[in-house]
Amino acid sequence: MNATEKKVFARTPVLRPTITHYCPGCGHGIVHRLVAEAIEHYELRERMICVAPVGCAVLAYKYIDVDMSEAAHGRAPAVATGIKRARPDLFVMTYQGDGDLAAIGTAEIVHAANRGENLSVIFVNNAVYGMTGGQMAPTTLLGQKTVTTPAGRSDKLEGPPIRVCEMLATLDGPSYVARVTVNNPANIRKARQAIFTAFNRQIEGKGFSLVEVLSPCPTYWRLPPRKAAEAVESWMTKTFPLGVYKDKEAADGKVA
Amino acid sequence: MTKVLMSGNDAVVEGAIRAGLECYFGYPITPQNEVIAGMAARLPGLGRVFLQSESELAAISMVHGAAAAGRRAMTTSSSPGISLMQEGISYIAGTQLPAVIVNVQRGGPGLGNISPAQGDYFQATRGGGNGDYHCIVLAPQSAQEMLDYTFQAFDLADQYRTPVIVLADGRLGQMMEPVELRDPPAKKRVEKPWALTGAKGRPGHYTCSLLLPVPELAEHNRRLQKVYREIERREPRGEAYQTADAALVFVGYGTCARLCREAVDLLRDEGLKAGLFRPITLWPFPSKKLAASLPKARTLAVAELSAAGQMLQDVRLATSDRLPIEFLGYAGGEAPSVKGLVAFGRKLLKKPAKKSMAKEKR
Repeated sequence: MNATEKKVFARTPVLRPTITHYCPGCGHGIVHRLVAEAIEHYELRERMICVAPVGCAVLAYKYIDVDMSEAAHGRAPAVATGIKRARPDLFVMTYQGDGDLAAIGTAEIVHAANRGENLSVIFVNNAVYGMTGGQMAPTTLLGQKTVTTPAGRSDKLEGPPIRVCEMLATLDGPSYVARVTVNNPANIRKARQAIFTAFNRQIEGKGFSLVEVLSPCPTYWRLPPRKAAEAVESWMTKTFPLGVYKDKEAADGKVA
Repeated sequence: MTKVLMSGNDAVVEGAIRAGLECYFGYPITPQNEVIAGMAARLPGLGRVFLQSESELAAISMVHGAAAAGRRAMTTSSSPGISLMQEGISYIAGTQLPAVIVNVQRGGPGLGNISPAQGDYFQATRGGGNGDYHCIVLAPQSAQEMLDYTFQAFDLADQYRTPVIVLADGRLGQMMEPVELRDPPAKKRVEKPWALTGAKGRPGHYTCSLLLPVPELAEHNRRLQKVYREIERREPRGEAYQTADAALVFVGYGTCARLCREAVDLLRDEGLKAGLFRPITLWPFPSKKLAASLPKARTLAVAELSAAGQMLQDVRLATSDRLPIEFLGYAGGEAPSVKGLVAFGRKLLKKPAKKSMAKEKR
């Protein structure tokens, strides 16, 4: 770099200098980066514990350089509750996918949210099971073909997809529930802001927050990365509209 | 020291608090509800954590989290709830975290009933969840031992970084007895450098059971097995009672040990040579001590609140089937009466020696 060059973008130090196992065009890498930026912004690295899920992000501990615990499939909110109750002085978050959070771990997320557990949850929804090879997720869209819904998800046979934000927003417990996406730079900036807001709620002791991040899965949507990114908005947001679903701190009590 | 009349379940609360329990998570189930209520009543006032979870799956996962954060953590339940916890117990064992689990057993299989039973012996002593692991299993036989063994379970869990199960039953949980409120001899508290504390001035730690590369998981399993061999060397506990000259030796744990001991005393009053061997650790099973406690035994009688005969298998292994074994199995809340055990012993011991040698028939 010479004197006239200015470095404007670099790897964030909270992310380990390594190559991830995520597929090309997957959103996890971007979400990891946003989480790392929030960790840096609030100077949390040395006073936090993250709970990793079972699913595509099972190896998150290899990428995000903070103390991390494993959890059985779906139990991350319960493990995080145990950690937070044991060490309320530490920042505690979970990082979960749609199968982990919205299928096998439904009870754990609902009750952690309902308790207003002072946790931050990053929920990555890509409408499919990636790690196990493209099976139907609880958030798989109607008509979406997966290896376990070869004719497309049917309203009659499998029921419609679960909308986690809408469901959790009915509870009195959560402080902040929002749905964002990382399919383009403008949306990434909004996602970053939502994650910062969620982290801030915990830091201020306001209780449970969840940010659902719609994320492309080019591999199991059978689309090239660019088309998958476009499909998030043209296809996925029809079922999962972006927005803030609950915000206890909103001045007028209304959500955006 | 004065004694206080209390139930075994209340004694568990007392023992855990004395041992320095910091975080309790549980879900209601009969016949252990006095434990969760006792914890709710006492822990918050002591500045410790009590939380009623949404399920046993969540309870054991909360224990997992609190243990990973370096705290003394426990849960309690009864048979069907303990079945749900097997997932978390396997993770805790695989992650080498210390935790205490009390199982106040009830009748099964399935929902069964709420009567005392010992049908979870295999589940407790063989691992119970997926993969190759063991929990240390302690079997109290009185309210006092519910206190003492719960206390000791925390030390063992920390020392070996393993889940420890206190395997009681509904009778021991509900029965009220005088209990001395004491601290059993405690081990020195061990450091927990592996605990998650926030990565201050160091790279992040990850506590996990996931090891995808074959050599790493193979090595991890070898390490676990090494710990289990050490536990097998150092921790087996059992009590031999009147066995030196006994022709008939009862073998029973927990509730059954109590009943058999009374029967042995009554048989001795009649001049009949009966004895009792009582395993205290069910895993590691005190095989050597049992085998060494049978110098004159002609017959063993295994009494269990189990229809199948679960501890029976460990007795057979410990004695290499050298002796005939009578199995006295009870299920669904039935239990042997002392009178019945005495009649059984009398009949067996008064038989002419030749006819009683079932061994010859094998």
